[in-house]
Amino acid sequence: MTKRTRRVPLLELAHARSGDKGDTANIGLIARAPEYYPLLVRQVTAARVARHFKGLVKGPVKRYELPNVRALNFVLYGALDGGGTISLRTDAQGKVLSTALLRMLVTR
Amino acid sequence: MKTVRIAGGQGFWGDALDAPYRQVTEGPIDVLTLDYLAEVTMSILQKQKARDPNAGYPQDFLVQMEQLLPVLAQRGIKVLANAGGVNPTACSAALTDTIRRLGLKGLRLGIVSGDDLMGRLDELLQRGHEFRNMDTGHPLSTIRDRVLAVNAYLGAAPMAEALAMGADIVITGRVTDTGLTLAPLIHAFGWAADAWDLLAAGTVAGHLLECGAQASGGNSLVDWPVPDLAHVGYPIADVAPDGTFDLTKHPGSGGRVSVAGVTEQLVYEIGDPKTYITPDCTTDFTTVSLRRRGKDRVRVSGVKGGPPTDRFKVSIAYFYGYKAVGTLVYAWPQAYAKARAAEAILRTRLGDLGLRFESVHAEFVGAGATWAERPANLGDLPEVELRFGVRAPERAPVERFTRELAPLILNGPPGVTGYAAGRPKVQEIVAFWPALIDRRAVEAKVEVIAT
Repeated sequence: MTKRTRRVPLLELAHARSGDKGDTANIGLIARAPEYYPLLVRQVTAARVARHFKGLVKGPVKRYELPNVRALNFVLYGALDGGGTISLRTDAQGKVLSTALLRMLVTR
Repeated sequence: MKTVRIAGGQGFWGDALDAPYRQVTEGPIDVLTLDYLAEVTMSILQKQKARDPNAGYPQDFLVQMEQLLPVLAQRGIKVLANAGGVNPTACSAALTDTIRRLGLKGLRLGIVSGDDLMGRLDELLQRGHEFRNMDTGHPLSTIRDRVLAVNAYLGAAPMAEALAMGADIVITGRVTDTGLTLAPLIHAFGWAADAWDLLAAGTVAGHLLECGAQASGGNSLVDWPVPDLAHVGYPIADVAPDGTFDLTKHPGSGGRVSVAGVTEQLVYEIGDPKTYITPDCTTDFTTVSLRRRGKDRVRVSGVKGGPPTDRFKVSIAYFYGYKAVGTLVYAWPQAYAKARAAEAILRTRLGDLGLRFESVHAEFVGAGATWAERPANLGDLPEVELRFGVRAPERAPVERFTRELAPLILNGPPGVTGYAAGRPKVQEIVAFWPALIDRRAVEAKVEVIAT
């Protein structure tokens, strides 16, 4: 039997919140149901998130796992054009990097 | 043994003015915590103190306390507030005046200071403390002449000490946001200084309370739409002696407390979740268990912790330079193309004028300012806002830039509007320099005074 797969935005499988510390941003990505968590772990890698934010985030991306709350935490270095007060961006504090990540397409 | 109900009443300086009063009057609580300080706040307060030795703390606190004090005194509710800013002494003197004016008797004020290292900075630098920037590795000496504020984050211990000395209201300078919640738990339950799991549990409670309604339905992506945010209930941690607690809010208030919503706040502004470091302990966020316990009630349990590091975090504010951001709105048809054309004109003009900037940045609000959308996907939008900003170490080029937007009203692409606010303002940039210091170099001071 072949399983049918389709590409969906992360928004369908996860929710998120993001914020800042200086020029570093973090995005907490949370599975909407327990069965989605392994899929997030497999597909939403640090390297893929770095590619997703290419141009916007200057430094590396680190990923941490919180299986207890089926969440991944991404730490994005050099993400905010210098940081909250220096940045000329609308989203100077990275508050909507969360939803920007939820645009990413994953296979379910 | 009974639980202790700690209510978060203020997520930042500028949060809802009436939130603390609602926390105190809409249901039973034992402790109210108020957080006013953000990184940049300290430099604003240092400037105020330089002009007036009796200033340097958020005045909102006095306005709020005037209304709160009679209720607090009547019900025996304790308050912990980092409202001392860079002048806890002046703040407590002003609050003492208010207490006397209201004719309230027997209230004791605790004052926690020693966080403010501005006056000791050169001595500390001389003694070999380099205050290296945690992000860049550069020593503070590279910007010494531009430093505006230096504050170490104190933990819960000195606040717990003030409570043990009989304080009803504790006013602090820079302390960790989580410490405001942890301190009354240490005091109420007699948690030992090395009871790491308990201290970690109290730290998680503090982390969930420190951003106000963001834990109870505000700014919640998963719970949206949330009922009655106009009357959103701020979060309350109902904590048992073993560190287990329920996160909840007053019945009848708006908002929502859900496992998914609380998870959003749990992962908010953290780094490595296994080592969330405060002066009191290290907390392992991967041990936190969240479970629904009823309507608007989430049980938090299982938190594990360990000893803290031998260093305190220090928040340093310094003068960085100048910036200005201006906007123009372009209307249909071809709103995006016209905003783009205006951007090109501005860039040409700034080049012709020979102005030098550290950064020139254009965004198209409504057409992908928060996400680089492909123009082909946009369609012919009803309007697009051009948002154009510049940044420089010197004031002059930024000042000159602010004159360049208005001419576009008559000289630029058609269908322009939305310029009524006038010329953009030049803003001084105060930047943030995170560093660490040997905790032995920082001495917390605790005093308790009768009013």
